[in-house]
Amino acid sequence: MNAPLRRVGVVVMILFGLLFVNLNYVQAIKADEYRNSDYNARVQVAEYERKRGIIEAAGTPLTASRETDGTLKYLRTYPKGEVYAHVVGYKPVNLADTGVERSENEFLAGTSDQLLPDRLWDLFTGKQTPGGDVLLTISPRAQEAAFKGLADNRVGATKGAAVALDPRTGAIQALVSMPSFDPNPLADHDTKKAQEAYDRLVADKDGPLRNRVLSETFPPGSTMKVIVTAAALKQGYTPQTRIPAGSSWLPPTAGQPIRNAAASICPESEVTLLNALTESCNTGFARLGVKLGAQAIKDEARRFGFEDEELTVGRLNGDGQPVAASRTGDMLAPGGQDDPPSVAQSSIGQNDVRMTPLQGAMIAAAIANNGRQMRPYLVDRLLGPDRTTQYYKAAPKELRQPVDGDVARMLQDMMVNVVRNGTGRNAQISGYRVGGKTGTAENGVGRPEHGWFIGFAINDRGEAVSAVCVFLESAGSGGSAEAARISGAIMRAVIADRGGR
Amino acid sequence: MTAPPGSVATPAPTGELPRVRFASSRRNAELALLLFAMALTAAYAATVEATLLDEVTHDFWVPTAAVTVVFLALHLVVRFLAPYADPVLLPAVALINGLGVGFLRRLDLAYVTPDERADFPIFAGIGGRQLAWTLAAVVFAALLLVLMRDHRAVSRYAYTLGLAGIVLVMLPAVLPRRFSEINGAKLWVIVPGVGQIQPGEFAKLALLVFFAYYLVRKREVLSLASRRFLGIDFPRGRDLGPVLVVWAISLLVLIFEKDLGTSLLYFGMFVVTLYIATERVSWLIIGLLLFFGGAFLAYFLGGTVGGPFANFYLRAQIWLDPFEDPFQGGYQLVQGLLGLGTGGLFGAGPGGGQPDLVPEVHNDFIFAGMGEEIGLFGLSSLLVVYLLIVERGLRAALAVRDSFGKLLAGGLSFTLGLQVFVIVGGISKLIPLTGQTTPFLSAGGSSLMANWLLIAALLRISDAARRPVESASTPRPSGGPSRPPAQLHGAPTEVIRP
Repeated sequence: MNAPLRRVGVVVMILFGLLFVNLNYVQAIKADEYRNSDYNARVQVAEYERKRGIIEAAGTPLTASRETDGTLKYLRTYPKGEVYAHVVGYKPVNLADTGVERSENEFLAGTSDQLLPDRLWDLFTGKQTPGGDVLLTISPRAQEAAFKGLADNRVGATKGAAVALDPRTGAIQALVSMPSFDPNPLADHDTKKAQEAYDRLVADKDGPLRNRVLSETFPPGSTMKVIVTAAALKQGYTPQTRIPAGSSWLPPTAGQPIRNAAASICPESEVTLLNALTESCNTGFARLGVKLGAQAIKDEARRFGFEDEELTVGRLNGDGQPVAASRTGDMLAPGGQDDPPSVAQSSIGQNDVRMTPLQGAMIAAAIANNGRQMRPYLVDRLLGPDRTTQYYKAAPKELRQPVDGDVARMLQDMMVNVVRNGTGRNAQISGYRVGGKTGTAENGVGRPEHGWFIGFAINDRGEAVSAVCVFLESAGSGGSAEAARISGAIMRAVIADRGGR
Repeated sequence: MTAPPGSVATPAPTGELPRVRFASSRRNAELALLLFAMALTAAYAATVEATLLDEVTHDFWVPTAAVTVVFLALHLVVRFLAPYADPVLLPAVALINGLGVGFLRRLDLAYVTPDERADFPIFAGIGGRQLAWTLAAVVFAALLLVLMRDHRAVSRYAYTLGLAGIVLVMLPAVLPRRFSEINGAKLWVIVPGVGQIQPGEFAKLALLVFFAYYLVRKREVLSLASRRFLGIDFPRGRDLGPVLVVWAISLLVLIFEKDLGTSLLYFGMFVVTLYIATERVSWLIIGLLLFFGGAFLAYFLGGTVGGPFANFYLRAQIWLDPFEDPFQGGYQLVQGLLGLGTGGLFGAGPGGGQPDLVPEVHNDFIFAGMGEEIGLFGLSSLLVVYLLIVERGLRAALAVRDSFGKLLAGGLSFTLGLQVFVIVGGISKLIPLTGQTTPFLSAGGSSLMANWLLIAALLRISDAARRPVESASTPRPSGGPSRPPAQLHGAPTEVIRP
């Protein structure tokens, strides 16, 4: 009976070998996946043991961590509530985190590799050093102005977006999506309450959780004319070049006639390019666009950042919130050649053209910065728990150069003229060269139009101080003028935060 | 050092089997290993307190000391009553048992608030109960060693034990639910107000004694009478009877007690002893086919008909993808896997994890709970200790001279190994999860006691195996049974050669 006994011994060895191999699979290969699984409450408890770092803007704390008696030690609170909700995001217990809370989670939680020395030190001292702090580029005054401007808009819009950035660096100065929400209930340690709060926000048909600045695209209306103008200037047009216009124009082959917003706008058969932009002449730009061709417009839009699917806004060398790609649509007939009605509509920012408010601000910023578009970012610095060790400082990066200096300066002058003499008068700031372009985008038959304004402010030393985009969703008539007014207010706040310079 | 007479090597005649290496009783090695195991247990308890209480209390050593005392007592019993027993078995089991008590106490500390932890009494909670059970189980193991001076003696009670085994297996199945069902498995006999026992744990031992006895008597019929098919010798139809009976019992257990693990355990136990007895691979093939056929049928019926098969079907579904239903059916397995994964290679350290997040962590999932804290390296070491116990048992089976002892020791060792495989494989998603205790680790008196009895039996058999062969004139040091048991080999058999 010894031979089978020996074989049974081998069988037991094999069975234990299987156990061993499988344990290796579970504890070594799958370890990270299991450790960070959404169903794993361990990581969570450990994460809440350590005081989370704070997120702040120019010395204003936007988050706080309060000690509690519960299993989860620190409760995350957001003292500024709705105002910064779409910038900071939130860090809930069970739900997905968002915003800077998400993109800088490891640093805030103290688990990032950069903070390893601190954690090693903890092993000796037995204390839990808090996570690191994240300093944002936001200008608190501009953020408040943007939030207030949108909330108290005079055309009764309930939805919209505002974003401002520094044209010379790309640092975001303000970022507001309306309606906003209070992140505090979402971070509640009572996960049931948090879930209820979340469900309520999701059910809200105005979509308060949606980030209209970064993740939503809308038809840009006449702000698109800036891109068409840039394309024309590159082909040898000047602001004084006369282009065909008229009160109504039917693009060849088919479609609806293009009309102007008012009968007083460019009824002449020809106007200068400058006047066409200043008055926002639809017929002029539709005909100009068809003449330049779909490819020229698409190329120009791409040079300003359309079709970019890679852009994120956060840290320049790391993660951030993804930005939805702005699109021009293909403007082609089924045969592959230009479809003039589509090109005409697209040239005035209708048809299939869609743009994020951030893209609008980036167009204005590139022009204000003499043609160089900087990569937008939100995180300025990362500081260690001791508040002196600096782990990161943003080094601004050029993203692309859509136009050369000469064209940029011509566009600056033309846009300044829009604010000085044309549709953007509401954005004026005394002592600054403010340029911009309004937009009114049709949004389906019978629905109120969207109002847009993109613009910039340049100080007396020729430095571009701020570029903005304000968007009022379904604002109806007067929306773009109101957007221009809010833009002016935001830029004035930026200037005030800079000490009036 | 009082070495029992005969332990000093009587030089073996040259040309004899190399029995010289058995001549030393190795009891001092056992004592040293045991003390080492207890030192590990104490270190574990101290680490747990340092992590959970931020201090090592003055009486951290008390639970370890308590189990050490009984293990030492058992060691003394072995020293006098089974002096040649394998010196590794007792320390290895003591280590696992001691760590189990330590881990259960660690769980008790996790369930109370941090302020109450330092004052948590030693004999309270699951850990305290396990400590008490350990004391009782070791006493019973010692009693078995005292009463059973020769393992062959139990063969006299083989039929009684066989009947008792079947009754114990079937008891939970026939009792009404409220007297027999806990957590969906009808494995218990519950005496309201008193407690509950898991008769299957003891039935395992009783049935094994019967199998060993029966197979030794029948081995020649079973191994010789055969038909050749596809180059393998298959038994005659009428010899299949007992195998089919055990198979049917296993399936009944599976269906009516809703317990795949026990069913697999009984059947595996029987098939392997049958194989050892007959040396016929065909029995293994038949056994495996019957078991997998039965399990697949139960799965199929569970998916279509439901009824008594539904539980098995559900378990198989959870095994296939626990994350499909992570909060209901798959919750326990998912949490166990997450615990194991979180532990990773080195674990969070004793007391450093959150094993209390896993349901039933003191019981079926104790291996996952410990895995979170001692990591892959710790669990692998534990598995090696289990493997050591099993292989030591098999070694005793190889060395013992009588067929009954060989079968019994082989069956007991394999059953222990199979049980570890079934439960550890279950919690790590290697095989469908079944309700089994982890021997010597899980909380629970029945399992602990039955497995300690199993170890006592192995100690007894290994003692017989390693005892130097002496001339008939030398009396046994501790005195064996007055009469050698019935000559098992010579039992009447009808050998029919086709």
